[in-house]
Amino acid sequence: MKSKLSNAFLAILLFGCFVDFPTVQAQEAQVGKLTGHAEQGKPLYRRYCIGCHGPRGDGAGENAPYIDPKPRNFTQATFKCRSTPTGTLPTDEDLYSSVGRGFDNSNMPSWAPLTDQERINLVAFIKTFSPRWKTDKAGTTINIPNEPPVTVQSIQHGHDLFQKLECWKCHGPEGRGDGPSAATLTDSNDQPIRPYNFAEGSRFKCGSTNQDIYRIFITGVDGTPMPSFADVIQPNDAWDLVHFLRTLQVNREGPERALLKSSGTKLQPIQTSSGGGR
Amino acid sequence: MQLLKSCTATVTALTFAAILTAAPGGGTVTGKVTYTGTPAKPKPIDMAKEPSCAKQYTTPLMTENVVTGSGNTLEYVVVYISAGAPDESSAPSTAVTFDQKGCHYTPHVLAFQVNQDLKVTNSDQTSHNIHPLAKINREWNKSQPPGTPPISEKYDKPEFISVKCNIHPWMHGWFAVVKTSHYAVSDGSGEFKLPNLPPGKYTLTAWHESYGTQTQEVTISGNETKSANFVFTAKPY
Repeated sequence: MKSKLSNAFLAILLFGCFVDFPTVQAQEAQVGKLTGHAEQGKPLYRRYCIGCHGPRGDGAGENAPYIDPKPRNFTQATFKCRSTPTGTLPTDEDLYSSVGRGFDNSNMPSWAPLTDQERINLVAFIKTFSPRWKTDKAGTTINIPNEPPVTVQSIQHGHDLFQKLECWKCHGPEGRGDGPSAATLTDSNDQPIRPYNFAEGSRFKCGSTNQDIYRIFITGVDGTPMPSFADVIQPNDAWDLVHFLRTLQVNREGPERALLKSSGTKLQPIQTSSGGGR
Repeated sequence: MQLLKSCTATVTALTFAAILTAAPGGGTVTGKVTYTGTPAKPKPIDMAKEPSCAKQYTTPLMTENVVTGSGNTLEYVVVYISAGAPDESSAPSTAVTFDQKGCHYTPHVLAFQVNQDLKVTNSDQTSHNIHPLAKINREWNKSQPPGTPPISEKYDKPEFISVKCNIHPWMHGWFAVVKTSHYAVSDGSGEFKLPNLPPGKYTLTAWHESYGTQTQEVTISGNETKSANFVFTAKPY
């Protein structure tokens, strides 16, 4: 009896040696009535996420060397798609919708085939990789006011802001991601990164609605060169910019381009030679 | 017993009074930071992509990751009390300012205290994005077009934070966030001075962005001035 017990004890000890996972802390995630549990997210993570994000959640999975952009390093707790101000943690809902949406232009697929409960469990588990989730609270979700109607005036003002705020320095005068600073851009891990190419017409990383684009101006895309404009633009300015950016999507027929066409409006090309953007 | 208690209280009060009165005077640590070996040469910065900045210079601005003076002195070394400082919990109410002028950060290395107000200003006619790549503190990234008000921030943990502007990739500076008011950044002749140190045993740390950190112990008694020099090994790359 005694030896059986000690064998069991030894087995547990040995088991501990071979499991390279950090012990799962009691971490939860909450979206509406859904509650995620980290310990239930762990097996899902090992099955679906570990190949890229790695056993330690540091983005160094076995597929990582072959992937660009690199898998997210969860130990840094820096996330691109947030509804919260730059430099703050995202909400559980931000992470949950990222997992469900996937990231266009990257290797991260949509995990919509998993159940809602499985996705929220994964979010809870992802939060065990950084101690920040214990010490910091998620930022306050930014307020997005109602979208004003698309008018020629709004598009024209958005165009002027694109010039004045020097969005073209990275995104290029026609939004093709070929501005003068584009070639030297790196993300916060020193990996080269491309500014978004609006003309290509692919979907946006953090969601494709006008609200999603508005949100990007205010939150910035943390960990990348895209800064937050929260302190420097007013809500109406941001909406005007959204309307103008839609006109750069030459492969997408939307109300903004239709309005330009029907009203016969020709926007001035963005000036890149003055250097000051004034 | 009562007497003993009041005695202890008096002694404690006296000790506190002594510390408080001693604090503004106190000892001083001065020193010089130098290097051995051959440091990398500063390189001229090409600002052709930003004419509004380029035109502010008659001779090109040089990179600042290693700035040396005559006699092998080293500038922009942060020297601070890393252990033993008496004031680790209090932040001063004054703000420090980090300016962007001529597509260049002034100062190149800005030292300030945990929870001290930091103001970032843009004196240029072009937009910058201020992107401090914090690892221990939270990383943020904010746009600052010309003529917009200063950005106000603070950091709640000590860290040496690399600061860059993604739009102008040659712009590079540092935030040195330290826990104490006893810090200095070596000047053009490699010199630094840490005044107002109460008597005690301290660990002095010197940090250079390219050459790492060095420490040494220093003991201050009374109002003496102690000398502490640092010698870094330069790397040619």
